[in-house]
Amino acid sequence: MSNLHTVVCVKIVPKPEEVSVAPETLRLDRAGARSEINPPDMNAMELALSLKERHGGRVSIISMGPPFFTPLLRVALAMGADHVYLLSDRAFGGADTLATTYTLAKGIEKLGAVDLIICGEESSDGATGQVPPGLAEWLEWAQLTMVNSLDVDVEQRQARGRREIPGGHEILEVPLPAVVSVQTASNEPRFMDYKIKPWAFAEGRVTVWNQADLAAEAEYIGTPGSPTIVSGLDEAASRERKRIILEGSVSEQVEQLVAVMEQAG
Amino acid sequence: MVKSLYGIDEEINAIWVFLEQDGSALAGVSLELLARGGELAAQLGWRLVGFLPCRRAAGWVEEAFAHGADEVLLAEDPLLEHFTVEAYTQVAYEALWEHKPSIFLLGATPNGRDLAGRLAVRLRTGLNADCTALRVNPAGVLVSEVSGFGGGVLALIEMAHHRPQMATVRPGVFPPGEPDFNRQGTVVRLPVNLTVESVHTRIVERVVGQGVDLTQSPVLVVGGRGVGDNFKMLYELAELLGGEVGATRPPVDEGYIERARQIGQTGVICRPDLAIVCGVSGAFHFTVGIQEAGTVIAINTDPEAPIFAAADYGIVGDVHEVVPALIRELQVTD
Repeated sequence: MSNLHTVVCVKIVPKPEEVSVAPETLRLDRAGARSEINPPDMNAMELALSLKERHGGRVSIISMGPPFFTPLLRVALAMGADHVYLLSDRAFGGADTLATTYTLAKGIEKLGAVDLIICGEESSDGATGQVPPGLAEWLEWAQLTMVNSLDVDVEQRQARGRREIPGGHEILEVPLPAVVSVQTASNEPRFMDYKIKPWAFAEGRVTVWNQADLAAEAEYIGTPGSPTIVSGLDEAASRERKRIILEGSVSEQVEQLVAVMEQAG
Repeated sequence: MVKSLYGIDEEINAIWVFLEQDGSALAGVSLELLARGGELAAQLGWRLVGFLPCRRAAGWVEEAFAHGADEVLLAEDPLLEHFTVEAYTQVAYEALWEHKPSIFLLGATPNGRDLAGRLAVRLRTGLNADCTALRVNPAGVLVSEVSGFGGGVLALIEMAHHRPQMATVRPGVFPPGEPDFNRQGTVVRLPVNLTVESVHTRIVERVVGQGVDLTQSPVLVVGGRGVGDNFKMLYELAELLGGEVGATRPPVDEGYIERARQIGQTGVICRPDLAIVCGVSGAFHFTVGIQEAGTVIAINTDPEAPIFAAADYGIVGDVHEVVPALIRELQVTD
């Protein structure tokens, strides 16, 4: 058996349909929103777990956020991950991509002996997809983003993935260690395993690391480590449409439709 | 506070645009960024600069001038023929460090995102990713609008102290301008110091030119869950109208249609003259992809479907009846 150690970066996000903008303050109102594992990260977990089935080794989960994320992260243990690491410190709050990738990189460095990091394509709340290249840059590793399939050659220490690019696709090969991001919906995430679920939720390993544990420098984390600021929030305005319903039988509707289409060009 | 490698006291008043080429022409998103970047540069009285890494420049430099660039920084090297993140990041980093522009804009394409994410960390600066609008204030601060939570929330993002101000923008967000091939500009050649050993990514296979670019199609016929696996009729309709077929996420996830045709928040943003939307419920993360369409027609069995609020004309009916009837009607009219 190989010792392939894969780390999956998991973000806990509020369910998108339960978040709104408070009209007076223009702040995000997450009060009533339940949280979940960022759905694209489920595809990253599935890829990591399937690599473990093929090559052996182990899968660790790394996440960043407050302690109340712990039970949500136990879902990953119940799916088959071996260990969860939660980077949690008030000082990590307010992080943008630069501070987030720095903090995650410090976590990876502390873990040591990591061969492969797998991330989801993007997060459902931020949707920037910028964590994988940023993380790879801090670690000075190779990267392979937006793949819809991945093969790892443990002996040769290489990863090969296929990704779609505008108007086509490419197959790329990078040396390990590497950071990989996986295209959303490129696989079918497994369900929790009911046999390990009791262990996962009762005694499954969740390790919490704070700033001191990571030896993370204060100027690189949280708000001080974040160049960008949110200067305003707004609910997206949708463009006004005519909203005319065409009535009549199907053939009458279609006749009207053809007239409309001729006008539209 | 974290400091960028260069700050506002050293910045040069220029807007840079990453010019992506696919071997034959500049990418559509690069032209769109030149158009919008040119407007912002004019507002500030700044220069618009194209940054072009490639093996050997073909007509791209002239194309960039025609679309508004005052200057093109040209980095030519065999190792820059195709994008690899190591080579492109190295060349871009050296150019940015040397010239210190205030703003750097990139397309939110797979390669543009890879490059932007690496550069922002290497330069210790901020990155506004996947912007849906760009503005500048008179002080030269870039204000980027980004959408989150499936498109329902818009945030305005800016950085006060860090340079360059980096932003990536999805293809199709800005209209490309009209080219003026009489426009001239200056070409500056950048030194390139790349070695084969510095490039870790190996391109095993690369196939382009077979896919579809929905952002360029004047007419789109879009199918959702209600179409089932019957995309054949949508292709028939699209062909009659000289258009292309797109889809929402469920049919793509089901494998009924390829992902390059997915429209919306996680697909492409389109601005066709006409969009015919079939069997689509109309969640925001889809409608954001057609909100700039000229005319939107919706066909759906559910009169309460949100798509009718995002459409100019609606037919409450079964797509499997209405679309074939429409095809027959168009064939007769022809």
